[in-house]
Amino acid sequence: MTVLIFYKIILASFILVLSLVVAMYSTLIERKVAAFLQDRLGPNRAGPWGVLQPLADGIKLLFKEEFMPNTADKFLYILGPALTMLIALLTSAVIPWGPPVVIRETEYPLQVADVNVGILYIFAIVSIGVYGIMIGGWASNNKYSLIGAVRASSQMISYELGMGLAIIAVVMTSGSLNLNEIVDQQTGFHWNLWRQPLGFLIFLICAFAETNRAPFDLPECETELVGGYHTEYSSMKLGFYLFAEYINMFISGAVLSTLFLGGYHFPFEDRLGLPQNLLALCGFLAFFLKISLCGFLFMWVRWTLPRFRYDQLMRLGWKVLIPLAIFNMLITGVVILL
Amino acid sequence: MLTNRAKPVTNREMTIPERIYLPAIVNGMRITFSHLFRKKVTVDYPAQKREFSEIYRGKHVLKRDDQGRERCTACGLCAVACPAEAITMVASERKRGEEHLYREEKYASVYEINMLRCIFCGLCEEACPKEAIFLTKEIVPSDYHRTGFVYGKEILVEPADPGKRIDVSKRQTDEVLEFKKDMTRQHNR
Repeated sequence: MTVLIFYKIILASFILVLSLVVAMYSTLIERKVAAFLQDRLGPNRAGPWGVLQPLADGIKLLFKEEFMPNTADKFLYILGPALTMLIALLTSAVIPWGPPVVIRETEYPLQVADVNVGILYIFAIVSIGVYGIMIGGWASNNKYSLIGAVRASSQMISYELGMGLAIIAVVMTSGSLNLNEIVDQQTGFHWNLWRQPLGFLIFLICAFAETNRAPFDLPECETELVGGYHTEYSSMKLGFYLFAEYINMFISGAVLSTLFLGGYHFPFEDRLGLPQNLLALCGFLAFFLKISLCGFLFMWVRWTLPRFRYDQLMRLGWKVLIPLAIFNMLITGVVILL
Repeated sequence: MLTNRAKPVTNREMTIPERIYLPAIVNGMRITFSHLFRKKVTVDYPAQKREFSEIYRGKHVLKRDDQGRERCTACGLCAVACPAEAITMVASERKRGEEHLYREEKYASVYEINMLRCIFCGLCEEACPKEAIFLTKEIVPSDYHRTGFVYGKEILVEPADPGKRIDVSKRQTDEVLEFKKDMTRQHNR
């Protein structure tokens, strides 16, 4: 029992560090991708290919002046970024990162918590995500922050519906809320993507909206709202908000690959005859590759599409995605019945 | 219509592919993706400098002749030609024993160009009858004070050392080169 607890602690800290490092380097990769899509080179001064740039940015953020508006609610002002960060990191707990590892004939699953309602847990956590932004925007006592926060909350609530309905269709075909089972049904190329193309599309669009990424980055919308909900934030508190966005991106990439792209399964894995631990490693790498491709997709879309107007965003969410998701559910139900 | 690219505006309804919007997104993403592999336009500045044109119009030089004598005779034609009124000079008479310094009997004891006024048009060079002033590939460096931008003879006149002469042959026009071959002219002797 103590061994198991010890193992879980190690795994949890490994995933924590992994998410933080990935988020750190996502900032660099995002800038690089942006630059390459625009025929530029991107950051290349700090270390070869700018590999030290995230460190430099982190140090800069740490040493910036901590500014807090006079009229801000101090407790909530600090709670905002902390909550955003916490929630961004919490989601990773139920994601199966790879096939189980076998050490001395004991199986250790590469998953921090094997919750049998994993999808429900993810949903619960994602919907708390809006609180960090809402509280931060409210506590700043600034009109731009407040407008950004209000936009964020209505946007996230609207798109959660479409996302949930898209996932229900996945749950209907797999017959389980357990992420492990959903992944194990997608061995080889039997991805849920082929079974639920429409559901995948809806989920993808909603994931963009949930992570407040372009073309749905209205909550921070620098052209009209200065910085949106983090206008009044500086130093590492701002860093937490920006960081949390990248962690969210990483996690939604992970959820996307788990639900639709076969998770840690890769084609022909059973034919290679690999030992269990090597298989676990390969599975993890395959999963990571899928997440990275999702991350690249996020960036690619961001540097291609302009931002939606607010009424367009709402119309897309309520009048297009939700009916489509319901339609998708209906079709899935009919197909299952037949 | 200057470019033939103007499109007449219509008020037609969007077609179904346009309303679905996804084809447009996919097309846009295809375009951005193709840019990933294009040649980058960035010039990696301190490591790599952009090449100047051979006939770049930068900082001026006051030329010496083959024997190291200043060519300028302070006729003032450059100052007259200058549209920015950046050039001033004071003319002096050559004393006995200064023949190795100045080519003609009159020379410029003070010759100043205000680099903040100068527009680097090259009209001074065109006006000069003595091939004394040329624009070079060198750039006028920045400074903290305005006074530093009034360049006098100590900066403008090229070094007398034949090894350190500034090559301006690229800026000499064909007509000038043709003219220089004419040895009947006193100018070329």
